[in-house]
Amino acid sequence: MPEPVLSIRDLVVDFGTEDGVVHAVDGVSYDIHPGETLGVVGESGSGKSVTVMSILGLIPQPPGRIVRGEAFFKGVDLLKVNKRELREIRGKDIAMIFQDPMTSLNPVFTVGDQIAEAMEVHDSSLNDDRLRAKAIELLELVGVPNAQRRVDQYPHEYSGGMRQRAMIAMSIANQPSLLIADEPTTALDVTIQAQILEVMKTAQRETNAATIMITHDLGIIAEMADRVVVMYAGHVVEVGDVGTIFHRPRHPYTLGLMNSLPRLEVDERWLKPIPGQPPSMINLPPGCPFHPRCELFQGREACRTERPPLDPIESQHHRAACHFKHELKNETSKFAQEGAAS
Amino acid sequence: MTDPNLSASQPLPQKPKKTESSISQREKSEGADPVGTQAAELSTVYEEGLEVKARSQWQLAFGRFLRHKLAVASLILLLLIFAAGIFAGQIAPYSFREQVPLDARLAPTLEGQHYFGTDVLGRDYFSRTLFGIQTSIRVALLVALLSTLIGTVIGSISGYFGGWIDNLLMRFVDLILTLPILAVLLVIAALAGQGSPTRVAIILALFFWTTLARIIRGNFLSLREKEYVEAAKASGASDMRIIFRHMLPNSFGPIIVNATLIVATAILVEATLSFLGFGVQPPTPALGKLIDDNRGFMSSLPWLVIAPGATIVAMVLCINFVGDGLRDALDPTQRRLRA
Repeated sequence: MPEPVLSIRDLVVDFGTEDGVVHAVDGVSYDIHPGETLGVVGESGSGKSVTVMSILGLIPQPPGRIVRGEAFFKGVDLLKVNKRELREIRGKDIAMIFQDPMTSLNPVFTVGDQIAEAMEVHDSSLNDDRLRAKAIELLELVGVPNAQRRVDQYPHEYSGGMRQRAMIAMSIANQPSLLIADEPTTALDVTIQAQILEVMKTAQRETNAATIMITHDLGIIAEMADRVVVMYAGHVVEVGDVGTIFHRPRHPYTLGLMNSLPRLEVDERWLKPIPGQPPSMINLPPGCPFHPRCELFQGREACRTERPPLDPIESQHHRAACHFKHELKNETSKFAQEGAAS
Repeated sequence: MTDPNLSASQPLPQKPKKTESSISQREKSEGADPVGTQAAELSTVYEEGLEVKARSQWQLAFGRFLRHKLAVASLILLLLIFAAGIFAGQIAPYSFREQVPLDARLAPTLEGQHYFGTDVLGRDYFSRTLFGIQTSIRVALLVALLSTLIGTVIGSISGYFGGWIDNLLMRFVDLILTLPILAVLLVIAALAGQGSPTRVAIILALFFWTTLARIIRGNFLSLREKEYVEAAKASGASDMRIIFRHMLPNSFGPIIVNATLIVATAILVEATLSFLGFGVQPPTPALGKLIDDNRGFMSSLPWLVIAPGATIVAMVLCINFVGDGLRDALDPTQRRLRA
């Protein structure tokens, strides 16, 4: 296995609020390898965005506080480097694509200027003509029609899908080795979503960048990801290949997620939600944070008192954090059942 | 459905050629572009046909301003008054201190070009008013420039960095705002005596930046949360770059409007100070001083008070209308203008 591009180890991020300390990220570790797409799924507030924002130094501090952890990127711990060094890495080696393209572009500059700026910030030797040519090239790459002309237009002259394309063009302008997409399609309608995912794949091919795809849409994960990290209440509960996670999840939360998805082919009268509510991030349940909602809990002591480690199952690549994961040994999600049936 | 391109391009024979060439250009670059190429060709044709013109924010704002009739009229009148003041040396028929005793106490007349009449010493009041305007403009523009500079810098720092810096700067602003400006100005003038227009302007600017600082700070507080600022941070831009490239240009609207209104206030305050005898050092004529000089002749030679007084009113009114028009024009959320 090659060296990971980014290796997050035991990251803990707190937010001080009036009601108490929120443990937004609580001991998260995961790796991402060159060229792969890592899907990070979890419900709102599970810490999936905060994890990447904090390693880029983009969370407001205070109220945010990185308590401990390491994030090795090309041998450098991003949490230890100073502000200036981190700024040089941001946008150059690690680029980010944001959720809402309608507000992520500055309304007073042309799209071309903004793409040019992304390059100029990291390489002041480029002259204006060169920057403009590269901006046009990038816009063409991400499928903005009539790029020669579009490059001089303002964001308000772009549609939502076009803006997200422009954002992707900006993010790959410096040939980053890691792309972070934070719910890149959430703000777009379904038909545009498919196009944008296509553009992301193109962008990835061009730059050969590893990609972290943060989303709560399991459909996007199935479409894009090679490996999946499942997060719950600031913890990683399961990591594995996309096929394994979808077919043979070994954490009851992941299994619940998979089985909650409605399927077109199956005649179901009701959706199957995971019972209960997501926990309060201020008073997390002791032990396993998922135990109050868990089918396997059944009043057992270990779930209430001991935090389950993220241990490997069968292979090193598939890990789940559950004391009783062996009880799911023969469980399959309905995706696998369908696969067997057809 | 009729093809909009065909119908639009028929009367213009050169159009189809242009369209073809841009398509073939696109074909060359097609290799790297698996997505949306067809759409690209379509929209190339479509946009060439319709001639959609891209307009910048400034062009849009200018268009909105032009629709504001009162503001446009005020701007024209204001430019005339300003031009008259700036070129007073060339336009004025007399110098401001030239006394022609034989022509004293003349009512406004075309004869001898005494459009605004003359005073008891035979000085031409048209000329004196023009030079008064010149002084007013010098003071007011300098005040606007300086206070905008100070206000923008302090407001930006305060709003962008927040925390204790913000607290410190804003308490300082509060302190200045609690001072009764006129009283303080009078004290300063009494201690330091009257001065050159530049000195008066600097002193005024030291009090006038506070409003803008607060406006900019408020603007920055909301801009700081905008996603494009976060996106700029994520792309590695430095603090200074974010302030100057991303946040300040998005605050130009309020900055320009405020600067305009400061010009009006500065004209008024300078006139007040001169009237009270604490403004610009005579013999440099100032509009307020002209009024003060002739208070006693209000009943016998009323034009000597009316001419400079009306000039002040006209300038300030015009500036306020222009400011109003600018505010409407620079606020993109406002589509329809008031009547």
